[in-house]
Amino acid sequence: MIGGLFIYNHKGEVLISRVYRDDIGCLSTPYPSWERNAVDAFRVNVIHARQQVRSPVTNIARTSFFHVKRSNIWLAAVTKQNVNAAMVFEFLYKMCDVMTAYFSKISEENIKNNFVLIYELLDEILDFGYPQNSESGALKTFITQQGIKSQVRDKDEQSQITSQVTGQIGWRREGIKYRRNELFLDVLESVNLLMSPQGQVLSAHVSGRVVMKSYLSGMPECKFGMNDKIVIDKQQGKGATSDDSAKSGKQSIAIDDCTFHQCVRLSKFDSERSISFIPPDGDYELMRYRTTKDIILPFRVIPLVREVGRTKLEVKVVIKSNFKASLLAQKIEVRIPTPLNTSGVQVICMKGKAKYKASDNAIVWKIKRMAGMKESQISAEIELLPTNEKKKWTRPPISMNFEVPFAPSGLKVRYLKVFESKLNYSDHDVIKWVRYIGRSGIYETRC
Amino acid sequence: MQEWANQLCENRQFGSKMTDSKYFTTTKKGEIFELKAELNSDKKEKKKEAVKKVIASMTVGKDVSALFPDVVNCMQTDNLELKKLVYLYLMNYAKSQPDMAIMAVNTFVKDCEDPNPLIRALAVRTMGCIRVDKITEYLCEPLRKCLKDEDPYVRKTAAVCVAKLHDINAQLVEDQGFLDTLKDLISDSNPMVVANAVAALSEIAESHPNSNLLDLNPQSINKLLTALNECTEWGQIFILDCLANYTPRDDRESQSICERVTPRLSHANSAVVLSAVKVLMKFMEMLPKDLDYYGTLLKKLAPPLVTLLSAEPELQYVALRNINLIVQKRPEILKHEMKVFFVKYNDPIYVKLEKLDIMIRLASQANIAQVLAELKEYATEVDVDFVRKAVRAIGRCAIKVEQSAERCVSTLLDLIQTKVNYVVQEAIVVIKDIFRKYPNKYESVIATLCENLDSLDEPEARAAMIWIVGEYAERIDNADELLESFLEGFHDESTQVQLQLLTAIVKLFLKKPTETQELVQQVLSLATQDSDNPDLRDRGYIYWRLLSTDPVAAKEVVLAEKPLISEETDLIEPTLLEELICHIGTLASVYHKPPSAFVEGSRGVQHKRIPIRSGSGESSESQDTGGAPGATEAPAAVIPSQGDLLGDLLNLDLTPPTSTAGAPPGPPMPMGGMDLLGGGLDSLMGDESEPLGGDIGGSPSMGSGFGAPAAVMPSSLNAPVGGGLGDLFDLGGGVGMPMGTFVPPKTLWLPAMKGKGLEIMGTFARRAGVIQMEMTLTNKAMSVMTDFAIQFNRNSFGLAPAGPLQVPTPLSPNQTIDVSLPLNNGGPVMKMEPLNNLQVAVKNNIDVFYFSCQYPISMLFVEDGKMDRQVFLATWKDIPNENEAQFQINDCHLNSDAASNKLQGSNVFTIAKRTVEGQDMLYQSMKLTNGICVLTELRVQTGSPTYTVSLKCRAAEVSQCVFQCYEAALKN
Repeated sequence: MIGGLFIYNHKGEVLISRVYRDDIGCLSTPYPSWERNAVDAFRVNVIHARQQVRSPVTNIARTSFFHVKRSNIWLAAVTKQNVNAAMVFEFLYKMCDVMTAYFSKISEENIKNNFVLIYELLDEILDFGYPQNSESGALKTFITQQGIKSQVRDKDEQSQITSQVTGQIGWRREGIKYRRNELFLDVLESVNLLMSPQGQVLSAHVSGRVVMKSYLSGMPECKFGMNDKIVIDKQQGKGATSDDSAKSGKQSIAIDDCTFHQCVRLSKFDSERSISFIPPDGDYELMRYRTTKDIILPFRVIPLVREVGRTKLEVKVVIKSNFKASLLAQKIEVRIPTPLNTSGVQVICMKGKAKYKASDNAIVWKIKRMAGMKESQISAEIELLPTNEKKKWTRPPISMNFEVPFAPSGLKVRYLKVFESKLNYSDHDVIKWVRYIGRSGIYETRC
Repeated sequence: MQEWANQLCENRQFGSKMTDSKYFTTTKKGEIFELKAELNSDKKEKKKEAVKKVIASMTVGKDVSALFPDVVNCMQTDNLELKKLVYLYLMNYAKSQPDMAIMAVNTFVKDCEDPNPLIRALAVRTMGCIRVDKITEYLCEPLRKCLKDEDPYVRKTAAVCVAKLHDINAQLVEDQGFLDTLKDLISDSNPMVVANAVAALSEIAESHPNSNLLDLNPQSINKLLTALNECTEWGQIFILDCLANYTPRDDRESQSICERVTPRLSHANSAVVLSAVKVLMKFMEMLPKDLDYYGTLLKKLAPPLVTLLSAEPELQYVALRNINLIVQKRPEILKHEMKVFFVKYNDPIYVKLEKLDIMIRLASQANIAQVLAELKEYATEVDVDFVRKAVRAIGRCAIKVEQSAERCVSTLLDLIQTKVNYVVQEAIVVIKDIFRKYPNKYESVIATLCENLDSLDEPEARAAMIWIVGEYAERIDNADELLESFLEGFHDESTQVQLQLLTAIVKLFLKKPTETQELVQQVLSLATQDSDNPDLRDRGYIYWRLLSTDPVAAKEVVLAEKPLISEETDLIEPTLLEELICHIGTLASVYHKPPSAFVEGSRGVQHKRIPIRSGSGESSESQDTGGAPGATEAPAAVIPSQGDLLGDLLNLDLTPPTSTAGAPPGPPMPMGGMDLLGGGLDSLMGDESEPLGGDIGGSPSMGSGFGAPAAVMPSSLNAPVGGGLGDLFDLGGGVGMPMGTFVPPKTLWLPAMKGKGLEIMGTFARRAGVIQMEMTLTNKAMSVMTDFAIQFNRNSFGLAPAGPLQVPTPLSPNQTIDVSLPLNNGGPVMKMEPLNNLQVAVKNNIDVFYFSCQYPISMLFVEDGKMDRQVFLATWKDIPNENEAQFQINDCHLNSDAASNKLQGSNVFTIAKRTVEGQDMLYQSMKLTNGICVLTELRVQTGSPTYTVSLKCRAAEVSQCVFQCYEAALKN
């Protein structure tokens, strides 16, 4: 299991060090900071190493270091055993989530300001190197920055805390009350594309997330439904006419795979493919999914690069929006890479603004809004300095960023039902908001 | 200036807010005294501030142990935050001040009785972390109470505390009966208590390999599976990892567990998913392959594995390393998912390199066009390592997918045109391998390669280019000039290049003797007289002598046909792969090494195995029932003494593999240069300096393609922990999936009389495509035996150990041990008499012993030896009649189908069957590891116990051995 956990700043100075097991340090050193060995080994070999990190797992002197980096803070878990590596990384991410939930940004200053809190958290969420309940919702009930006076709490409250922390529904406490029961559901998708210069789709997939904010009283039971092909086909099997199935078959989508928040009953999903759960309070990510079939690609990029002699390049890029004309895409940005030896660029674009950014080695073309079924074009002349380098410039792909108000996978929310039998509010009383946002993931066209 | 002032203002504002960062400010001298005073202050606030300062100093590495008594004094407080800080301090310093630590005991014991469960748990948790013997005594009573506490939070903490205590004092835990209490907690009503108890028990069980502590049985498994649905994500991981160690009784239990584990594949936590995958991969092995559920399960595994690739990069890396294993074990799972492994521009380099690896593994005829287009794209990226790997990958595709070879070669040529130095060099290295795989096909590109001669500065590329020039000297007009240009700086070259240059020039000389006499003399004298490298000198002298005594023989030796190189060179050795599959998700699966290679001490060193399907006899029987003595059983000839072993080294080595004339008759052949055994055991295996095979091991990449020991571990990470390497191979023998190959019973190879007390019985088996030498070693001497090693003499089919001999030493007197040694056929070749004779040397701390044994040639029959009908017909006609041999097998009472089945088990494939007048004729083919094909016609007269075998083979020598195999297999 995890032997120790260290947090470093960008210089490699230790901000937090918590040792869970003796084996990671040198026991023979009598003086108390024996864990320094491991601490220093990581600093010297990874943080101060000149070249870029070649692996997130490093083995130094038979000790394994797992690290993740958040802005310029390094989190490192150390072990001498054959630990579950996936678990260690999941834990480090969770650790970041918890810290973010307590003091928002993970920065050197915030860590120093909250070091007592962090030690307290580390004591709670990792015992002898075994991760324990690390839901920030639950943790916040008994690890506060104020410090709890033990006698202030009554017995009921204490046992409520412990049963929540250890219980089946560790992510929600009892007795939550809202005057207005409200639910916000966002379908956030990122659409990824890799297209060949000839316009052939090399790979395309959508990775989506269903993110919820729930403000519901009591212990509500929720059921979420979407146009999952398997579910719809199954329902149609039960006596719909073939006509119907052809019609709604179009609207259903094939989900390649999905994963769920721990509140979702997985065995129920496995057997009935229904998504039922008792939601955490506040923000959480209900599910993630991935689709690869029938993806709506919101934009098509058509590149044309021509080399005119050795010192000039002509670039023409056309983008076409490929969705309903009534919808508007926003925050459109096209990045056209330029060679390292570019000396000057002239750009003409019909829409938006385009600029050559020497520091990024790219022409950045921004368009605020663009309706569906439109097309726009940019052309540029790139002057090059003559070089004697043998290596030809390898053209990185043209990348695109955008945001569209629909789900490129075609996913539709069919229902989200709330049942709370003990309190007297029904599904109808809950105000629900649904929103779809499609964003570009890695959306690249080779040129 | 303005900015700085602003910052100052901001800082001041900040200072007024209460923050903890001030504790990190640098401290002055006398700080300890100040702190001491503050700690003893009456004001609670001040005390707390002081403790915070102490902890901050501790964090940055300052020694604040002097404050121990003062800090411990603050322990008695009802402020939980302060208490926690003091505990933190205690955990760090108690060890250095054991006597003082006792002062804290009272408070702990008292806290364990606190009405607040959070405080009870905190006390028991902290106490377990204070690793002072005296404290642990006091821990027992509170721990016992806490294990039975009414509050689950306390119980789950106490469960982990048992593991902590066990780590400090295992005996104490056993004596106090904590293990039983812990076992009871597996039935606890609270899922988190169950999960932590499972984690604690698993850890304790690891240090007691045979304790059966976890005592997994269908009832307890059922409890675990129930808890699995209810506990936290981490708890699910503990439980799944524990489940993976269980061996179901039969396929039905295995299926029902799989069914209950599969829902976990949709968990958001990747570690839960990977641990579930581990359980499924392991238990799947027990399911019958024709079961519908088996197919369903296979299909269910792919999507979650693909989803792992959308996790954060670090997890992607872990996932990819695991997928690499899964793809080797079960390629069918992901064979349609090639695209998801395409590299993204922004992937971190470690993700890119891993994806590339998997792409090559998944490359097949169906997707090769796409893969190649991608690889070509990657070859123009920035990262040098990645580009090199991409270029190498193109070469591997060519070797793996024959249909793509042409396209690969032209892609490589395009890349060479880019003139990027390292791309060119890498391309040349792989093109050489392509030449080796497809001789006489792509030599037209040599001209292009020669143009780039000057830009090569890496030894591997230079050596590869020189090999090409030497090998194809007759097609390159100016070969002599090219090689001569290298010769100028001969002494500055690396050994690899020097050796290659020597061989290449000798080849050139044999091909064009008239023009190059001067050149060859020059190189020979450079290699022998002016060099102090023994390998180089040896090779030089051998060539010299060879050329001066018998140029015709020299030609036969140096220009001999080379065996083709094989496809996949970097597959993980099967037993290791199996073990790693059992470790999916863990560090072992990330490093691709068994835990024993990087974990110290006893922990995790036990081997995990995939359970083998039970219940059906068909698989396991054939290996046990090899009772009937077959024709293969030849009397083991013990090579007499050591004195006359040192024969003429040159005479021995110069026997060309193909020529039969020069082989000295009679079996007891001295083993060439016995002194090799003394230290450099490895010098025989895959070493380039190996004299005659110089052509074979031209470069490391070739060497590895050629039977460098499969299990050589990169030494960069770890020197093996005491005998750690020994764990690479299974020692139990009889592992893997029996293929139904006939295994002769073990015979006595080395009697104890000749072995100074060491007795060796042995046999050979072919399991899952790997030739295994299975031996039973018995120590009949009075003293302990250690330091075992094994080596083979050159033999007809180049058999060589694929790894070191794994004997868990010491072998004490009267102890018997079964050892299984995987072999490969990458060793040096020399014809033996009889053909299947193998001379073996075994060394231990006492002496070196020599014996010879005979292996059934069916060990060498490869799994893909089935010939196409048309090819069979053509080949049969093609082989001259004088190569035909006929044998009779008497007393065989099988019908033709049964015979065909039996032979199939030994990789003898029936291609066609014809029945003429009550006589069944079976046409069969088999292929040896070195590519020799044997064609037979087996005639079975219904009702007659006599079979007739007609056999045709280009190498007529093997006939006798093949016949023996037939007899052995049929009569067994």
